[in-house]
Amino acid sequence: MTVTDDNTNAVPTPDNNLNDNKPVGYGRMLRKEDPRFVRGLGQYCDDVELPGMLHLAILRSPMAHARIVNIDKSAAEAHPKVKAVITGADLAEQGLAWMPTLSNDVQAVLATDKVRFQHQEVAFVVAEDRYSARDALELIDVEYEYIKPVVDVRKAMDPESAIIRDDLEGKEDNYCFKWETGDKEATEAVFANADVTVKEEVVYPRVHPAPMETCGCVADVDRVSGKLTLWSTTQAPHAHRTVYALVSGLPEHKIRVIAPDIGGGFGNKVPIYPGYVCAIVASLVIGKPVKWMEDRTENLVSTGFARDYVMQGEIAATKDGKIQAIRTHVLADHGAFNGTAAPLKYPAGFFGVFTGSYDIDAAYCDMDAVYTNKAPGGVAYACSFRITEAVYLVERIVDCLAYELDMDPAELRLKNFIQPEQFPYESKTGWVYDSGDYEPAMRKAMDMIGYDDLRAEQAEKRAKGELMGIGISFFTEAVGAGPRKDMDILGLGMADGCELRIHPTGKAVVRLSVKTQGQGHETTFAQIIAEELGIAPDDIDVVHGDTDNTPFGLGTYGSRSTPVSGAAAALVARKIREKAHIISSGMLEASVADIEWVKGSFQVKGDPEKSVTIQDVAMRAHGAGDLPQGIEGGLDASVCYNPDNLTYPFGAYICVVDVDPGTAEVKVRRFVAVDDCGTQINPMIIEGQVHGGLTDGVGMALMEMISFDEEGNCLNSTLMDYLIPTAMEVPDWETGHTVTPSPHHPIGAKGIGESATVGSPPAVVNAVVDALKPYGIRHADMPLTPSRVWEAMQGNHTPPI
Amino acid sequence: MQVPAPFEYERATSVDHAIELLNRLGSEARIIAGGHSLLPMMKLRMAAPEYIIDINDLSAELQYINISDNEIRIGALTRHQQLLESDELAAALPIFRDAEKVIADPVVRNKGTLGGSLCQADPSEDLSAVCDALDASCVIKGLDGERMVSMHDFHRGPYETAVADGEMLTEVRIPLRPNSSSAYHKVERRAGDWAVASAGAAVTMDGDVIADGRVGLCAVGPNLTNIEPISEALRGQAPSEELYARVGQIAADNSSPNTDTRGTAAYKTHLAKELTIRSLRKAVARATGTDTGAVA
Repeated sequence: MTVTDDNTNAVPTPDNNLNDNKPVGYGRMLRKEDPRFVRGLGQYCDDVELPGMLHLAILRSPMAHARIVNIDKSAAEAHPKVKAVITGADLAEQGLAWMPTLSNDVQAVLATDKVRFQHQEVAFVVAEDRYSARDALELIDVEYEYIKPVVDVRKAMDPESAIIRDDLEGKEDNYCFKWETGDKEATEAVFANADVTVKEEVVYPRVHPAPMETCGCVADVDRVSGKLTLWSTTQAPHAHRTVYALVSGLPEHKIRVIAPDIGGGFGNKVPIYPGYVCAIVASLVIGKPVKWMEDRTENLVSTGFARDYVMQGEIAATKDGKIQAIRTHVLADHGAFNGTAAPLKYPAGFFGVFTGSYDIDAAYCDMDAVYTNKAPGGVAYACSFRITEAVYLVERIVDCLAYELDMDPAELRLKNFIQPEQFPYESKTGWVYDSGDYEPAMRKAMDMIGYDDLRAEQAEKRAKGELMGIGISFFTEAVGAGPRKDMDILGLGMADGCELRIHPTGKAVVRLSVKTQGQGHETTFAQIIAEELGIAPDDIDVVHGDTDNTPFGLGTYGSRSTPVSGAAAALVARKIREKAHIISSGMLEASVADIEWVKGSFQVKGDPEKSVTIQDVAMRAHGAGDLPQGIEGGLDASVCYNPDNLTYPFGAYICVVDVDPGTAEVKVRRFVAVDDCGTQINPMIIEGQVHGGLTDGVGMALMEMISFDEEGNCLNSTLMDYLIPTAMEVPDWETGHTVTPSPHHPIGAKGIGESATVGSPPAVVNAVVDALKPYGIRHADMPLTPSRVWEAMQGNHTPPI
Repeated sequence: MQVPAPFEYERATSVDHAIELLNRLGSEARIIAGGHSLLPMMKLRMAAPEYIIDINDLSAELQYINISDNEIRIGALTRHQQLLESDELAAALPIFRDAEKVIADPVVRNKGTLGGSLCQADPSEDLSAVCDALDASCVIKGLDGERMVSMHDFHRGPYETAVADGEMLTEVRIPLRPNSSSAYHKVERRAGDWAVASAGAAVTMDGDVIADGRVGLCAVGPNLTNIEPISEALRGQAPSEELYARVGQIAADNSSPNTDTRGTAAYKTHLAKELTIRSLRKAVARATGTDTGAVA
């Protein structure tokens, strides 16, 4: 059942601050985190100051591919404030020069044999202050022997290209992996008989999450107990701890990972970076706390990038616009080490959902992933494990089909949607969509933006030589990884725990395995508990990000917090409620069956005067007097939630752009986003997530790209060169929603963190391409900078890589 | 956090003191005003001066916009924000407000200065093109006193000016002529970005014809100050779209931009023409009182 009515466009008034309704449960309320963040009182990694703390700085390679001939560190070691200078050779003696990546590849902590991307870690200095550490880097003399780098992904497999990963036994090419999904023969058969087939190369360039806070840590090894405390910018503290234990040999109970406030993650803080390992080693060796914080350049040039897919998209349809099949070949650039963070059986993440929101007959994808001399990474930037690329491909290629059929792109989509009665729907690539009702969301977006009027306006403008475009994107995501029968990272199942304790006075503390990076977990999770138990969110302390004080779980990324941990929170609260119910029966002297739960209290059916609140029960649970037989004292519980399936949020986005015919500048005039993330917990937080993701999308569509010159030099090493959109580039976002609950999630919620980042780039690009239709343009690749748009208008469109 | 190499810091108490410090400390000393060009370069370790001479206390001597009948004098320490907000300056030389609206962001504009912008001489820097279009002159002071150079002579090339070791820029002087106006157009990939290309135009009308006109270009190649063929083509001509197109073509022909991540050489050359046309159109409309306030 899909609900479409809402007051999305209501405006807060002095009498009705829509965002501060203080709900005991779901609804709009200001975030519990805000008082510290808006006052600049958050506590981030770089705020951690310990007595005697030293500072670590990393020497990075100036070259993209080179053999290390010699390293002379004597001058750096002679610097009066330097405590240690460590090279790859030093680490190799301890067996620590290499570490596993989250994809079961290996990555150099410090280069030993050769460097494989520009700015790769080569050595580190530990000094009394960060200035001296940085100064001493310039005193290290490294002799490199140039090797021709492999920069062009299309040439990585050429026989004349140098072998990047000669550290791997028997490696004789730059293949990273091959992967395929769907039915090749069935798809070929459909294509062979189709009325219309359209083919287009669609490139999703390399972009960077660029969180405001860069990555870093403080490592402190206690010299007596040998216990390591690591304050770290991590979205997945528990997973990191286990990996550190497996790699370093430190016993897991002697490692405590604390993720303090995190200034944005977007997937950038999922991997384990060499800097973390270096800081741990330094603290172990020197016996003092050691801090490492990246600078902005280091973050942009060396940490987890996103995308970098060259996709050959093909679509087959009948002449009246029934889509029959989608096929793609993908060339994936994984950089020098496969650092992709995705469930192990999914080397291409969840790219398999490239069939989108459409009911089609066949689909097939084959992928060649290769190594190049670029920074490692692969899954980052709010992408739902490669769904960003998949959605971009399908929504772009559907628009290409609309162009060829001369059909309205909204009409084409409406004609092909999976229908509500088909859910749960198994796609041709094997994904089981849990629930959906697509047409109401699409119609709502069209109504909100005034679709027909806009098309009329566009016709008038085109007659005058003005360029206006309307772009549509309809996306379905698969989030909430995931069922442990299918999904693990390095052998760790993707289930999440939750612990809840109700104090005697009826206040509560809930401990999460996930970690907020700005998503507002401290509010959302308090509201989930509040909805189940009737305890006000302000009375619930939400603890997260500290492995010693929270249950195990795999952390926050891939929009998984609410689908997985949110379910755990609801279930643990229900466990408490069941126990409280029994206790209340003793207090009310009625049988359990005669007592009903009315949010916040237990009442005797038919006699509302006879009731006890959850707070009364909490005091009884901890207090004097007998409890019903077989019931222990106290009121706390824990669960570990293993999801049955992923959840499939969806949305309809429509973007309107104007393009200046003389300068080719793109102005995003309007953007309507109708999202369906199932049950909504805090609409204000949802809208905030959507606003941020839409802004991300405008950035990627119009300006963001990590590019390299032919020697593999990164050309976007500062925020002067890597552009992130500002309020000036984006319109007032217009948001709406429908509600189609997930059938298997305890509260029907689906996750919203990445929807807008996934859904918005194709809407913007489709709008720009639509604006350029008078030029006979069917496709243009991101980033659609003024120059690239102008070149397309001249008939000179070139792919960005 | 990016940290610069070690340096020594001096705080000037007067212009004369600053010049004395410059001469005493030698060629490894750099003046810092707003610091929004120098500090990033130091943090990236692209610049490593041994001494920094801070002139931010010299606002009494160097921070002013003085308008007389035939000239505007602007102190070198005048902040972008003042250039943006001054209604008197906008009335006399609207090109300043046009440009300042699209220079960097409020944080930079609150601190960055006219003098710093001109002395940095970044080829993508807007105010050099503005001052060039306005036929400005620069006052440079050293131990031997003041000298005045035209923008053409001041701007020697990318990151290079006529200010010698031991000297500093103190003032910019702009002539005011009746029946004149000006305009500036810039294309950037994002608010606060450096120009992909930009053009500023200033015209003086004599009845129905252009008595004098100048165009300053930015980010489309070196040595683009004082493009004499443009002024020649405008002189004595009645304004028309054909004239603007012809002059725009001259601007494009004089450009020699490079292809980089901001854009291709062909696109930037196109912009030299397109933005010259737009700036001239706007400047003439303003000078003749026919400006409708339209953006392009």
